[in-house]
Amino acid sequence: MGFKNVPMSTVKPSENKETLFSAEVRTEIDKWIAKYPPEWRQSAVMAALMLVQQENGGHLTTELMDKVAAYLDMAPIAVYEVASFYSMFEHKPVGKHKICVCTNVSCMINGSDRIVEYLERKLDTKLGQSSEDGRYTLKEVECLGACGGAPMFQIGNRYYENLTPELIDSILDGLE
Amino acid sequence: MSDDQMVTIEVDGRELQAKAGALLIEVTDAAGITIPRFCYHKKLSVAANCRMCLVEIAKVPKPMPACATPVNQGMQVFTRSPLALAAQKGTMEFLLINHPLDCPICDQGGECELQDIALGYGRDASRFVEGKRVVPERDIGPLIATDFTRCIHCTRCVRFGAEIAGIRELGATGRGEHMEIGTYIGKSVDSELSGNVIDICPVGSLTSKPFLYSARAWELVQRKGIAPHDSAGSNLNLHVRRNQVMRVHPRDNEGVNECWISDRDRFSYEGLYSADRLTRPLIRKSDKWVEADWQDALDAAAQGLKRARGTSGNRLGALLSPGATLEELYLAQKLMRGLGSENIDFRIRQGDFRGTEPALPWLGQSIAELDELNAALLIGSNIRKEQPILAHRLRKAVLDGAQISFINPLEFDINYPATQLVNSPAGMISDLAAVARALGGSGGLIDGADVNDTHRAVADQLQSAAKATVLLGNLAVAHPDYALLQGLANVIAEKSGALLGYLPEAANSIGARLCGALPGAGGSNALEMLSNPHKGYLLLGVEPGLDFWNPARAMETLGQAEYVVALSAFRSYSLEQVADVILPIAGFAETSGTYVNAQGDWQSFGGAVAPAGDSRPAWKVLRVLGNLLDVSGFDQVSSEEILAEVRQMAGGRRPENSGVNGIDIDPLLDGTGLTRIGDIPIYALDPLVRRAASLQKTRDAIGAGARINRREAEIAGLADGDKVVVKQDKCSAELRVVIDPAVPDGCVRVPAGLAGTETLGGQIGNVTLEKA
Amino acid sequence: MANEVCFRNMDQDRPWLLEQYRSRGGYEVLARILTEKTPPESIINEVKLSGLRGRGGAGFPTGLKWSFISRNAPGQKYVVCNSDEGEPGTFKDRDVLRYNPHQLIEGMVIAGYAIGATCGYNYIRGEFWEPYERFEAALEEARAAGFLGRDLFGSGFDFELHSHLGAGAYICGEETALLESIEGKKGQPRYKPPFPAHYGLYGRPTIINNTESLASIPVILEKGGEWFKQLGVENSGGTKLFSISGNIKNPGVFEIPLGTPFSELLEMAGGMKNGSKIKAVIPGGSSAPIIPGEQMMKLTMDYDAIAKAGSMLGSGAVIVLDDSNCMVKVLERMSYFYYEESCGQCTPCREGTGWLYRVVHRIETGRGRPEDLALLDDMTTKIAGRTICALGDAAAMPVQGMLRHFRDEFKYHIAHKRCLVG
Repeated sequence: MGFKNVPMSTVKPSENKETLFSAEVRTEIDKWIAKYPPEWRQSAVMAALMLVQQENGGHLTTELMDKVAAYLDMAPIAVYEVASFYSMFEHKPVGKHKICVCTNVSCMINGSDRIVEYLERKLDTKLGQSSEDGRYTLKEVECLGACGGAPMFQIGNRYYENLTPELIDSILDGLE
Repeated sequence: MSDDQMVTIEVDGRELQAKAGALLIEVTDAAGITIPRFCYHKKLSVAANCRMCLVEIAKVPKPMPACATPVNQGMQVFTRSPLALAAQKGTMEFLLINHPLDCPICDQGGECELQDIALGYGRDASRFVEGKRVVPERDIGPLIATDFTRCIHCTRCVRFGAEIAGIRELGATGRGEHMEIGTYIGKSVDSELSGNVIDICPVGSLTSKPFLYSARAWELVQRKGIAPHDSAGSNLNLHVRRNQVMRVHPRDNEGVNECWISDRDRFSYEGLYSADRLTRPLIRKSDKWVEADWQDALDAAAQGLKRARGTSGNRLGALLSPGATLEELYLAQKLMRGLGSENIDFRIRQGDFRGTEPALPWLGQSIAELDELNAALLIGSNIRKEQPILAHRLRKAVLDGAQISFINPLEFDINYPATQLVNSPAGMISDLAAVARALGGSGGLIDGADVNDTHRAVADQLQSAAKATVLLGNLAVAHPDYALLQGLANVIAEKSGALLGYLPEAANSIGARLCGALPGAGGSNALEMLSNPHKGYLLLGVEPGLDFWNPARAMETLGQAEYVVALSAFRSYSLEQVADVILPIAGFAETSGTYVNAQGDWQSFGGAVAPAGDSRPAWKVLRVLGNLLDVSGFDQVSSEEILAEVRQMAGGRRPENSGVNGIDIDPLLDGTGLTRIGDIPIYALDPLVRRAASLQKTRDAIGAGARINRREAEIAGLADGDKVVVKQDKCSAELRVVIDPAVPDGCVRVPAGLAGTETLGGQIGNVTLEKA
Repeated sequence: MANEVCFRNMDQDRPWLLEQYRSRGGYEVLARILTEKTPPESIINEVKLSGLRGRGGAGFPTGLKWSFISRNAPGQKYVVCNSDEGEPGTFKDRDVLRYNPHQLIEGMVIAGYAIGATCGYNYIRGEFWEPYERFEAALEEARAAGFLGRDLFGSGFDFELHSHLGAGAYICGEETALLESIEGKKGQPRYKPPFPAHYGLYGRPTIINNTESLASIPVILEKGGEWFKQLGVENSGGTKLFSISGNIKNPGVFEIPLGTPFSELLEMAGGMKNGSKIKAVIPGGSSAPIIPGEQMMKLTMDYDAIAKAGSMLGSGAVIVLDDSNCMVKVLERMSYFYYEESCGQCTPCREGTGWLYRVVHRIETGRGRPEDLALLDDMTTKIAGRTICALGDAAAMPVQGMLRHFRDEFKYHIAHKRCLVG
């Protein structure tokens, strides 16, 4: 255990919380805060980061992380630690559609290499990069827990399984 | 199992007694059995992440970390069995694969825990043929140099921030092999205790920036010292090379500073080597300063004082720094008394002398007892910046459940949950009277006090606590109604059963009282000496524009005096305006002496280096002056000899906080108009720290300014950055407006002790603001 | 004997709806317990009797875990469900959340009653958006129906349940990392002891169980611990959800009694894809050492049988590999996973997982050296058992398994700078 469980460093609660985010985002974050004991506002940090990341078009900025820190009465560094630890947080702009391709064992032996190749060619980009038009970002991810549908990827909140080049074409065509 | 039950364990065949549940590493450390470790630190929470302290325990198949394993009866431990050694060596190999082999250019070389342990547990050749990790450079401020490529991720520094400094500044971002220590993007580390991470970092990741590349550990000689700033009296090790203090480290003393020191105590030594260090005597000759030899300067000083004295010693006054040593202060007062003057004082930042002070004001309890408090009320104190080590003690008490309240004229950044009553200086008195009334006090202002729920809560906290204290800090002492604050604090303490305590401002505030650096019968105190001009003055270790409660008046009065003799380690603009001769004296670490700290410890130290240039220890200068002025009793040949005289004089006097009164005094502040709050920023406290270059680059080293809250700014039609003339009494200063929400309504914070504020009046008093 | 417990409703249309769940007797066990005020000890005893072992991978007896909580200790206690399914090859909890969320909710409320907790959290991995929404909808239904909230069934017992979403970190499947994560921190495992039963979420006594384990509870208490136990074999009571994937025809999740022969499971999954030959099987998620195909065909799917074969049943994630696979490449991918997912806390894992991956990567890319295999052997012994949590072991075991059974393939790779296969 790194730290004792009580938050040992205290942060002066920010007084202008209502100015930090839009009313909608605050309402959503507040729903998460309400789930936890009142002295554990920071339990909502992952949810809050995810919400502001979404609102910001898919990635976090230092300013946004600082705002989350202020909103949850956390030290900024504590928020950076969380934001840099979990792989779903992005720190650089991403395309409108982030395609998270699983390449772990079950997917790999079912041809995820070919899926990646196909996507790279089709979108003219590389894993870890975005297409020139900013529409797509290709990201390699670890097992998403859908090995029964290997090979698979996730776009937005949705899983797409048993991928083939044809299926990929129709999936991408169907995106906004 | 009860906590104090003793058990017997066996370590490497040795039988050891230990408290049940104690951590194995504590037990082996106490017994002198060495187990290598990196992440474990006795003052920090257990992380158990470095895996270096793995040992074998009988009947346990896996090696266990000694830092996280509690002992129990009959436990058999092997710290160097094949299993234990294999585990330790395995960890060492992993630690080294990504650690650069740059020991020759690393500042930690020679005093590196990794280097030391690698000698015993490392391989001679690496099996790692892949590329090593490199972490980009990071600037985290003027005090700490970083090289995170060398980091072994023990997280001591991160835990230090959360647990000791009380602010999380350093963190470990990223995960796995990509985990990096840092402040994230472009942020500095600003804690007043930050330098301690240099000591606890086991490798060369965090090192001293001012010390960087200046010496090797084996070139340094270690000498003991005592910190010269606040009243904790932190114990120091001064690391010296060729007659120069190269760096300052803490020296463990559980009853004082544990193993920590403040950044002020760690880095102020740089001031010794500042450009305006005075190394030759100076004499004013027709408004020019010329260097002189000692003989001429001492003759001039003696003649000047003699002339100014004329036929009455009362025409002389002595204003002495509470940061001077016991020996220096003793000789200074002895000289004055020998010349027939009782005008002697060290209380140069006290704003009010009307009340009756206790016999020998002190902390009222031991420093370690602060840890055990259940409640405390601090009056006029930004303790974190005034007394960082004592503040850490209070924070420990809070982490154990203590409740702390503050009655202050500014809102301070407190690193634990606390109740802060922030009110104008006049309002502070009402708040105190109200708390006193809530406790059933009566008399004077108390009877008419308006008691609200917060006052009652503060009263309850004190009253219901098993151990409680009421402490007066620097801003209380500087208050024009200090007598009333003190009187009310005394009532609150008495009625609640709390101990009354003082947070003496300087390293030797108590020592100064013990050795008689106070006015005697009929003598003038510091304020009176400056409001009623005297013919001649002796100044010791002070800068009149920065160290006096009312610098404008000090400059005026001293400027008009017939003769001013100053003993100073530095050239100083304001001193040179008023003095007639300046005698260069030894600075911090350059002289032997004694400080008496807040809990009454007499802590003597030797000189670690010789005084710079031609400067001489002040006690020697004073002794010669005594001789030249034909005062008897100035034949001491060592500081120890002087100390013996002081001991005799003090006669075993113990600090004593009883005897306070003063609730019937009429307040001087009526709360109308705008009140100036002139606190002394942490790095503006005294001549030495004001010249410590690296500290002056920190965020806490704020410049002069007129700080007001947004409401007051709007009323006055001022905006952030506007130039404004601050008028106080008949004097004024032009400053920039800074919008600061920490300042209450009706107040303007104009910190004192800073260049640009020498022309202003008392630290706390009425002012007006006019747009320039 | 399939689909008796967590999947007992799989034949229903939209089985996740409350009305469907209730049509099969859902929440009746909870109602009975609360109205009859069944002594908590007897619930715990029934769970102990059932032989239910932690379905997340560690296989610790669930009833025993519950009994560690001091029920009468003052203050809050917590029930936490671990739905941070991330062990490569595992995809069963996703189906429990999607198709049978109410049974999980009922199991968690019962667990709360049994240990004296009035609050629970279900930690769902951040990528599981569809399961999360399904579970949230079920929570809403349960609250509206009075199965969550205050004074349940007029018993005076309160229980509130929330979901908590992860954000992408395998390590949060480790129970104390998961607790840290709920506390708004990096998911770095805590040193134990103290165990969560004494010092868990927010420092309070806490039980953490896998989704499948908790979802099994209502059925165990409905039909009895003895019934459940009898479904399985010695030391492996009950049925288990097996996620089977790889080079097979019909991958999916199958709920079958523990002790079922692997060959039968493979048959249920349609056998090998394209009639290829089975080469090896990873029987319990990627952390479990690999077992050669012919050996696996003789084994039964229970804790003891798989352990005897030198591997572990883990989360019941069965990855079947046919003979087209290069074992060096498979190991390279697995090693990359642990390197990527190490939390960075303990030295052997932080430094060792990267080193393991780089050496295997070198071998895979034709830059292997003869001494590399001995180096890998040695390194794994210095990672396994030397870290705070089991991720170090998890990273070491696949390497050890591969080198035990397929060493020649690695040697060939080093010598010829290419695959033996294909």
